[in-house]
Amino acid sequence: MSRPIRRIGFVLGILLVALLVNVTVIQVVLAGDYRDRPGNQRVLLEEYDRERGPILVGSNPVARSKETGDTLKFLRVYSDGPLYAPVTGFYSLVYGATGLERTENRILTGSSSLFVVDRAEQLFAGRQPAGGAVTTTINPRAQKAAFDGLRGKKGAVVAIEPSTGRILASVQFPSFDPNILSSHDPAAIRDYYATLEADPGKPLLNRPIVSLNPPGSTFKIVTAAAALASGRFTPDTVIPGPRTYDLPDSTKKIRNWNGQSCGPGDLVTLRQALAISCNTAFAWLGNQLGADALRTQADLMGFDQSFEIPLRAATSHFPEDPDAPQTAMSAIGQFDVRATALQMAMVGAAVANSGKTMNPYLVQEVRGPDLAILQTTEPSMYEEAMSSMNAAQLTEMLVNVVENGTGSNAQIPGVRVAGKTGTAQTGNDNPAVAWFVAFAPAQSPQVAVAVVVEDAGAAEVSGNQLAAPIARAVIEAVLR
Amino acid sequence: MSIPIDVMAPVGRAIRKQPSRRNLELVLLVFAWAVGVLGTLQIGWANGVEPNSQLWITTGVVGMLALVMHGMVRWKARYADPFLLPVATLLTILGLVMIYRLDVAATERAVLNGSPEPTPDAYSQLTWFTVAVILFVSVLFLLRDHRILQRYTYTFGFAGLFLLVLPLAPIIGTTVNGATLWVRLGGFSFQPAELAKILLTIFFAGYLVEKRDSLALVRTKFLGIGFPRLKDLGPIIVAWLVSLGVLVFQRDLGTSLLFFGLFVSMLYIATQRRSWLILGGLMFIVGAVLAYFAFGHVRLRVTVWLDPWTYANDDGYQIVQSLFGLANGGILGAGLGQGFPNLVPFANTDFIVAALGEELGVTGLIAMLLLYAILVERGLRAAVSVRDSFGQLLAAGLSITLALQVFVIIGGVTRLIPLTGLTTPFLSYGGSSLIANWIIVALLLRISDRARRPEVTMPSPDEAVTQVVRRV
Repeated sequence: MSRPIRRIGFVLGILLVALLVNVTVIQVVLAGDYRDRPGNQRVLLEEYDRERGPILVGSNPVARSKETGDTLKFLRVYSDGPLYAPVTGFYSLVYGATGLERTENRILTGSSSLFVVDRAEQLFAGRQPAGGAVTTTINPRAQKAAFDGLRGKKGAVVAIEPSTGRILASVQFPSFDPNILSSHDPAAIRDYYATLEADPGKPLLNRPIVSLNPPGSTFKIVTAAAALASGRFTPDTVIPGPRTYDLPDSTKKIRNWNGQSCGPGDLVTLRQALAISCNTAFAWLGNQLGADALRTQADLMGFDQSFEIPLRAATSHFPEDPDAPQTAMSAIGQFDVRATALQMAMVGAAVANSGKTMNPYLVQEVRGPDLAILQTTEPSMYEEAMSSMNAAQLTEMLVNVVENGTGSNAQIPGVRVAGKTGTAQTGNDNPAVAWFVAFAPAQSPQVAVAVVVEDAGAAEVSGNQLAAPIARAVIEAVLR
Repeated sequence: MSIPIDVMAPVGRAIRKQPSRRNLELVLLVFAWAVGVLGTLQIGWANGVEPNSQLWITTGVVGMLALVMHGMVRWKARYADPFLLPVATLLTILGLVMIYRLDVAATERAVLNGSPEPTPDAYSQLTWFTVAVILFVSVLFLLRDHRILQRYTYTFGFAGLFLLVLPLAPIIGTTVNGATLWVRLGGFSFQPAELAKILLTIFFAGYLVEKRDSLALVRTKFLGIGFPRLKDLGPIIVAWLVSLGVLVFQRDLGTSLLFFGLFVSMLYIATQRRSWLILGGLMFIVGAVLAYFAFGHVRLRVTVWLDPWTYANDDGYQIVQSLFGLANGGILGAGLGQGFPNLVPFANTDFIVAALGEELGVTGLIAMLLLYAILVERGLRAAVSVRDSFGQLLAAGLSITLALQVFVIIGGVTRLIPLTGLTTPFLSYGGSSLIANWIIVALLLRISDRARRPEVTMPSPDEAVTQVVRRV
């Protein structure tokens, strides 16, 4: 009988192989797929089971994990939820994570390769790994000043340290409370999320880095930089600035915002044209320089490039192939030119930093569970956008805007502030967008700031009226 | 009955010393015990439980039980296979460790919810293990020769059938989760099918040894394969009907499959006729199709098996959670005490393999499957090397039950085949299963001891009596 027994043994061997192959397929090949399936609580539980590291502003944890008596061991709490929401994002059972909660997840959960040593230790001890801490570049005073200034409006503020690219403020209004979205009550989370989605103010949009608007007259900083770079213009070059500029190959005209001529004999210096935000002069200038020169200058300052700060910012852009009238419109920040608040802050910062565009960043340091610094972000240059001489000249021109021109509301006693106003039409029916881009102190800039206020009303003065005071408050907060 | 070996040895013939390999067995047992101690300590570390006196007492008790079994084997089955006992012990210990780990998770959860702490299952499983060891030792002590069992072939057959239908009896029969396979007597509940599988294996072995000549007779030839006579089809039809009965009345798909598969394999071994396998396979297909169309619960199992994701929140919840657990384990596992095995319902019984797979990874699961493979292989080896037909059939049958049961339950939990409720031998929480499987180990050791004994002529006790008579 030993032959049939051996045969049966052989068949049982085949069954064994089937089991072995099957478990290997499930646990090795399909494991990733199963982990990502909806309804798999394990991944989430695993994250909620360990203490998630804090997100710090200075030494203040604006997002941290609090132990609960719940099945989900840790609850995420945000000390100033709406204020820091565009930075921290939320951490939700239902909707996943956004903001730094998402991009820095591996650090916050402690699963990053930076923690190899800690993890080896934990593995040995069989303990749950704790998460690392993320320190942001945010200046809490600037953040607060920007938030208070925006309150009741719809818009965004971004402030950058020009010499490094550190983001000092990233603020939006309306904002949302990440505490509710990060609660352990799915019904409350869904309710609140639905309310936010229905809100016409779009609070869930990360406005400072994602919302694209035509930059309007603030784009004249770029056009002026391109003019200086061409070598054909200096601040004192006299250019035409009539009441209206006839667009080439078109019956349309560009008007100045006050309907008047920009200077005696319809002539104006480049410096004066910028100070009074002369549309006709800059439209003419745009056609003199050409779309390529404008785009090159814009790109050197960060246009047409996607930045990860590490949150992914929307790509600001300059039109690809504009004809002559479109180029003229683009030169004054209209037509299809679109920019985020982050981008316009970068433009200001590049001029402030002797022409060097720095890569913007939001994460200063990563610390281990024991608070030892594991990684520090080093500032890095993106492009050399201007020569330092041209940058110095443009800075003087922008100081002139605030001291003698349209940006008077940004004046700070005892501080030389450089700035530029802007108002842009977003379309036929849409209300205007008010801008202010500034940096200070002009002789050694410590902060560059861009303020954008949507639904601002049509007047060119709105940049100065609505946006400039916020920019001033942020500058004061940083310099104080 | 018990005749001293040396008396039976032919005079003038030197007994060749065969290594008993009992020391190897002891070393392997110590290893198995050490694995258990380390596992328990790791669960403690991972969950903030300091090693306490209770832990040392329980691991000590497990060690003692292993030593008692080893001592009995040394004494009464000196030449038995040295791998059977350590492998079964290691599997039992792994089960105990995992049950303890699930206790820890349940306690943690109760503390969080503020509900009263549940009674730990690990201690009652340890109690069952103690009972199993007592029965193991008794079998080895009382049963000096497996051939004695052959005398009571039909007694075992009836007892087996009786146990099988016992859960259907009024009052004591109990239905749990839709399947009627429990008997409740006093404070104890018992799954008689576990014991029935041993009794019926003994019956099949005895019966087939007796009838195999006629069952092997070939009347009709078809496609070059000889088929049995029509009047010899009786036994297989009875087995088929009984299996279907278990399925219909007790709604126990696993046990039903197990019995029929066991009977057909043993029939094949006894007669060496492949036609029985073909016939059995056809009958299985017919039964499966009938069951699929006749019974909603069978259909549901198949539907959920084909697409568990659609039923992830109701009927497919278990299998989906099991797959999630296994996926979470990955290659090396979450680590003992560091996964979420308690998310799978019935994690310490039907789904203990999912729990092990989550915390020990595919590495651990493969190691575990290989342990079962060793167990079955050693059992089949004993079957091949023992000289009497009854012993051969019995050892093969017992090994096959073990193998089929492991395949059916692990295949179900890992979605290789539709899920059927069976316990995982040695690992699952539950007394009936643990006791039954340890009796199987005892019987396999008894048979392998007989197979490996150095004596060349070792007549059966029945024949021995005649021989003595003849000499006189």
